[in-house]
Amino acid sequence: MNDSFLLDGETIPFSPGQTVMQAAAAAGKYIPHLCWHPDFAPHGSCRLCIVRIGGRYATACTVGAARGQVVENRSEAIDAERRTLLQLLFVEGNHFCPSCEKSGDCVLQATAYEMGMLTPHFDHFYPDRPLDASHPEVLLEFNRCILCELCVRASRDVDRKNVFALAGRGLRSHLIVNSESGRLADTDFAATDRAAAVCPVGAILKKRVGFAMPIGKRTYDPRPIGKSHEPGTREDE
Amino acid sequence: MAAATLETLLGRHGHDGTRLVQILREVQDALGWLAPETLTAIAHAIDRPRAQVESSAGFYSFFHTRPLGDYRILFSDNITDRMLGSQALLRRLCERLWLEPGRVSEDGLVSVDTTSCTGMCDQGPALLANYRAITRLTPQRIDHMARLIRRRVPVSDWPREWFRVEDNIRRRDVLLGNGLAPGEALAAALERAPTALLDEIERSALRGRGGAGFGSDIKWRACRAARGDAHYVVCNADEGEPGTFKDRVLLAGFFDLVVDGMCIAGFAIGASQGFIYLRGEYRHLLDLLETRLAERRAAGLLGRDILGRGFDFDIAIHLGAGAYVCGEESALIESLEGKPGKPRIRPPFPVTHGYLGQPTTVNNVETLALAALIAVRGGEWFRTIGTASSTGTKLLSVSGDVARPGVYEFPFGVTVAAVLEAAGAQDTQAVTTAGAAGPCLTAEAFGRRIAFEDVATGGSLMVFDASRDMFEVARNFINFFAHESCGLCTPCRVGTAVNARLMDKLARGRGSPCDLEEMEKLHQLMQHASHCGLGSTATIALRDMLARFRPAFERRLRSPDFAPDFAPAFDLDAALSQARGMTGRSDPGAHLGDETSATGALRAGEEPR
Repeated sequence: MNDSFLLDGETIPFSPGQTVMQAAAAAGKYIPHLCWHPDFAPHGSCRLCIVRIGGRYATACTVGAARGQVVENRSEAIDAERRTLLQLLFVEGNHFCPSCEKSGDCVLQATAYEMGMLTPHFDHFYPDRPLDASHPEVLLEFNRCILCELCVRASRDVDRKNVFALAGRGLRSHLIVNSESGRLADTDFAATDRAAAVCPVGAILKKRVGFAMPIGKRTYDPRPIGKSHEPGTREDE
Repeated sequence: MAAATLETLLGRHGHDGTRLVQILREVQDALGWLAPETLTAIAHAIDRPRAQVESSAGFYSFFHTRPLGDYRILFSDNITDRMLGSQALLRRLCERLWLEPGRVSEDGLVSVDTTSCTGMCDQGPALLANYRAITRLTPQRIDHMARLIRRRVPVSDWPREWFRVEDNIRRRDVLLGNGLAPGEALAAALERAPTALLDEIERSALRGRGGAGFGSDIKWRACRAARGDAHYVVCNADEGEPGTFKDRVLLAGFFDLVVDGMCIAGFAIGASQGFIYLRGEYRHLLDLLETRLAERRAAGLLGRDILGRGFDFDIAIHLGAGAYVCGEESALIESLEGKPGKPRIRPPFPVTHGYLGQPTTVNNVETLALAALIAVRGGEWFRTIGTASSTGTKLLSVSGDVARPGVYEFPFGVTVAAVLEAAGAQDTQAVTTAGAAGPCLTAEAFGRRIAFEDVATGGSLMVFDASRDMFEVARNFINFFAHESCGLCTPCRVGTAVNARLMDKLARGRGSPCDLEEMEKLHQLMQHASHCGLGSTATIALRDMLARFRPAFERRLRSPDFAPDFAPAFDLDAALSQARGMTGRSDPGAHLGDETSATGALRAGEEPR
């Protein structure tokens, strides 16, 4: 482990083949992200993990770690751009944190707090996205989907079911399920699937357990997401 | 009936999932639209998850998962079409057919809508009728078309003259005046060893003509060196940049040189299979090109044992389905594999991990034609043309306010002014030099040169004279990108949509100075954070126009003198109009104290003059 790079001035060791994100996570350093998850191949779509390496912008989840890299991560300039990305996500969907049962466990909400996002800033789009409550155990709340494709990856790569996919293009991109009716109940999806537990926001929700954990005692209540990567804490669930 | 049709089509494609985009197009051609049960049947037949089939069907503009009429009329909505009067013609057709744009007629007969630039800017206004290009529209043609549609005359029986596509070659140089026989360049290339051929390309200093200017020899060598089960050559004929049409002319008139170039690339990198990714808007060329490929096979210029020299190489044509982003090479490869055209994470690059994960070289149509020329005439000869860093000639698609729109071949190093003069431009206030995705130059920059080291261009030059409102040009471009963003990454997907909304707000006369600042801020973000070149170039023209044509934007502001930091997009007073109507009131007390609404100078929905 002689290879290392500098992340905001701190030396981060890495092994060959690791991305900047993987190496930083292994060292307990937080690089903001939404679509990245340690168990899945990088997707590079949310762009929250943009960093500057030698003056060039790159996403930490896709760029390979290399010896001697100087990586700028939590500077005010980059966090400001992350704040704007978050604002874009908030106005694109319908995210009402106070009434969302994922509040406190939501990576989008926690990251917005971490980045100091105080307002949505842009005009809301207020898209019309009907929800799918057809499945007996799981609710699909498309209003909160941020198109990270973690459920797509989990269902494809772990569950081997291909229950989810994205359809449409541009702003019309939306999550679909693998049935002719378009209803989750008509797929082979199960609440025990990995895809049921991987959603970083409140788009895939297990029914009847929404408030089993009281607000105030949830993942990001005692410790902000920026500190959650430090040794002894867990990334999800 | 439908099931039998489906089975025949799927059989022809060997039930091969990588052919999904072609399958979807042909099934839609046969059945009219892609119904839910059709997608299920296709998914079963090609053994792919239904959601993935629906994903591809939902991505491309030319596929529809709901019925859109027996006649689907799509007006090309590039700014050059608009400048030639396309919007009035669209309204005229809608009036003749008694319908609203974007809506299917009540009897399910016809729908009329817009589509991104169809590559007919030199002979617009243009449209696609059931995806067949019709050029040089006039009010008379529109009236005639409405009668044909109402009488249910099939598009194939419409006047042939309407479908004529001109080459409009205005200036020929070494490429367009080449005089080579089919296969002549290929024969010359096969005289050498592949490595010697690569040396020749290196000597020519040929750079990719798509706009990025990557060294062709470097790309080919990297691809040749990459290990894989098979190597592939892809000809990028997804010419989607607004204002460009030179590849259409190369394909229509110089196809043998392009195919020679593909074979040469295949020989150089060790490939035996090539693909031409032809944009869906150029459907009219498909049969012609397929026929020509068959003739070449018969003549020993394609397929097995080419020219008796033991070299096998064949070509399949893949037709796109309306997605600008597929011009990006990794998105193009995704589409070739039957998936939605979303750009991949790079690296790895296609030269090592391309089509089906194998080494693949993706080259522009013009680059391949030039490679063929170099194989005959030599790299040293080629390097005597153009500039030191930009060798050879460049095809320029010139449209807009010029007397002679068309294709111009100039040696690199030609000034913008010389191109404008050749095209007969007068009183020019601005030129966009890389379509909607590049800079916007004004008169003081017309002395600059077309070259990778100065004004780099894929070849789209759109010219705007002093009568044009540059705000409307910018708005057209911004709407184009909002329509064409693939949706993968946040800054491009949402940023292009926010920009489109801000431009709409300005157009309604409700903008404020902070909206202009917002667009500049989004420009920075999209430059830094976008996943691919679509997002990072989507606001370059806007930035230039904001800087150089500020008054065109500022006169849209709610009140230039008042200059508030912020004006809401929402018009509070206008929202009360329904209540005023219901109560029959129009007295001052029924209005909010909004100075613009009260004076009636700029009501929502009205364009300022």
